[in-house]
This record gives sequence, C-alpha cells and structure tokens, in this order.
Amino acid sequence: MTIQIVGSGCSNCARLEASARKAVADLGIEAKIEKVTDFMEIAAMGVMSTPALAINGNLKSSGRVLNAAQVADLIKVEL
Amino acid sequence: MDPFSPIQSLVDWLVFGVLHLAKTSPLGSALDFFLFDSTKIVLLLVIIILGVSLLRTFLPPEKVRASLAKMPRFLAHVSAAALGIVTPFCSCSAVPLFLGFVESGVPLGVTFSFLVASPMINEVALVMLLGLFGWQVALLYIGSGLVVAILAGLVLGKLKVEKLLQEFVLKNLNHGVRQQALLKMSWGDRWSYAVNYVLEILGKVWLWVLIGVGIGAWIHGYVPTDFLAQWASKDKWYAVPLAVLIGIPLYSNAAGVLPLVGALTEKGVSMGTALAFMMAVTALSFPEFMILRKVMKVRLLLVFAGVVGIGIIITGYLFNAVLP
Repeated sequence: MTIQIVGSGCSNCARLEASARKAVADLGIEAKIEKVTDFMEIAAMGVMSTPALAINGNLKSSGRVLNAAQVADLIKVEL
Repeated sequence: MDPFSPIQSLVDWLVFGVLHLAKTSPLGSALDFFLFDSTKIVLLLVIIILGVSLLRTFLPPEKVRASLAKMPRFLAHVSAAALGIVTPFCSCSAVPLFLGFVESGVPLGVTFSFLVASPMINEVALVMLLGLFGWQVALLYIGSGLVVAILAGLVLGKLKVEKLLQEFVLKNLNHGVRQQALLKMSWGDRWSYAVNYVLEILGKVWLWVLIGVGIGAWIHGYVPTDFLAQWASKDKWYAVPLAVLIGIPLYSNAAGVLPLVGALTEKGVSMGTALAFMMAVTALSFPEFMILRKVMKVRLLLVFAGVVGIGIIITGYLFNAVLP
C-alpha cells in the first residue's frame, strides 16, 4: 500500500504525515508513506486544498489534518 | 450598549484604581489603551475566526468551483469574491487552488476575482478594524474589498490575459475536473477544524497584536494629536498612493500594522488613506507574487498588481471624499 501526503511542506502536512505514520503503526500493516510536494504533481492529482491524503493513488481527503484514527478508517477501506 | 464596556470598566479599575495612575497622564492613558485593546482584539479574533472557519467547512473549493463554472458571469464574479472572504490565502494552497479553478472551467477573470479577494479581505485585518474602528469601518472594508475584487476580475477577464499564463496552465485550461475527495464532516469535525484553526492563527499573530497595540498605545499616549495631519490629511493628493506604496512590503504583519494605523488615524491620517494602506498590506505582497509566478508570466503579474493597486487607490480617494 502506498500512502501519499500531498502538500508543499507546510506544518499541517507534517501533522498529517505523523497521523498517517501512527495509523500504519497502529494497524500493524506494511505501507510506504511518501510526500508529494511539487505543485504540478499536486495539481495533477486534482488537489485544491492541502494537506491532502491519497491511498494507492486515490484521493481520500483534502484540506484537513486528519487524526490517526481517521486515517486508519480510510486505510481499512482500501485493505 | 457596547458589549466591551465591562472589559473597559475592569481595565479602568485596574489602571486608575489599583495602580493609581492619573487618567490624564500619558502612562495611564497608554496603559489603559494597551490593556483594553489587546484584550478586546484577542476576544474578537477568537469569536470571528471561529465563525469564519466553521462557515468555511461548508464551502470547500472543490464543491464551489462547479457552481462557479456554471453561473452567469457577473454573479460568478460576485460569488468568487465572496468565497475569497472565507478562504484564507495560504502560500501552500494558492497554486493548487488557481489550477483547480481554471481546469474545471471557471473563467480566468472569475478566478482572479477570487485571487484578489482571498488575501485582501483577511479575517485578522477584519477583526482589527472591528476592534479599533467599529463595525461601520469593518463593513466598509469588506464592501470595498469585494468591489475591488469583482472589478479587478472583470477587467482582467476582458483583457484576455490567457496567453500570459505559464504554458502548463494553458494546457490545463478547461481540462475537466480530475478526481476529488470530499469526506463527510460531522459537526464534531467542523468544530475541531475551527478550534484548531483559531489556535493556529492566534499562535501566529498574538505577538504581532501585542507589539502593534503596544506601539499604538505609545502613540496614543505620547504623540500629539494632528501630528501627522500635515503629511497625511485628506487634502494631500499624494497621501493615498504613498500609503499603498508603503503598504506593499509590509505583507505578513497585518496584525501588527493595523493597531498602528488605528493610532495614526487618531493623529490626523484620514480614514480612506488608512483603508487603502491596509488593503495594500494584505492584497499586494511579494511572497504572494513569488508563488503566483509559478502559474503566471511576469507581465501578467504586473498587470494583476497594477489593476489591484489602482483599484485600492481609487477606493482610498473615494473614502476620503465621502467619509467625514
């Protein structure tokens, strides 16, 4: 599973990334967490508000800093 | 009744009663001003930003752009500018927002109306105006900001500036909406978003508010009234453009600049000049231009800044003419 944190490196992106890492650890799954910071890539993904979260290339949330439980819920749908 | 009068009484009691400072002394007057204004502004920041960010959770740009693309042109300009009020301008999302609008078929001029209103009508500036000058001036600030944003967008739309966008933006014009994600938000989510946003903004501006109110308090207590009138009263034609020029490099510190402006108007700077100054502080900024440079060619940036700048200057003159 690939989890992408989309946003150009503001503090909110870092907080979302922390939630994602915690969610992955809590669920005990294998996942690659990567950051998408290039604004052209961000736009190409269809993201208008950052930070956004995509799982396996599918955009799941944008403009919100989710907590670990919320990210975990999104991950479970994709498992 | 002024809802802040209990705070004023409390501050008066503290400064004049407990500390025994004379009401007419510069120190007493400055300290009273500082304590009352900073308390009032922090309270207003909490209330207004909480309200605006709750409202924002109902208007995600992904949802709004579809309606903007379909609306009659003029209505779309008005709505885009109004949307700009509740959307904070953040350097991290300016480019994705811009691209997200134009690719879904929102006309470029309408996108510009949004792009002008979003940074110009800034919630922190709004709170400062409300706290320092009252609701009439705050409404005037919103109203004139909307008008400048709508007109600037209409003008830029007419100018046919599409060819001055960066190449890759042109390729994406009317590309169609790509995937988008809208999670359902419960009221709990909305509140937690709003509270977090208030804390984030307070964390960023509290020091500037204190410094700004502090300098304002010093001017209030120590600088003679009408001291600045000789340079900045409304019969000086150059006051408004000069205020706009000074405002451009002061971008990030709206919170610190506004209390200062508040004190300056007491000392003879006219209201139109002060409003133009504030709009220039929030709407025209170098960091914003550096970000927009990624989607626009330099010539378009200059046209954009020129149209907005002229709009602000006209607003300043207009208020100087109609306000007492």
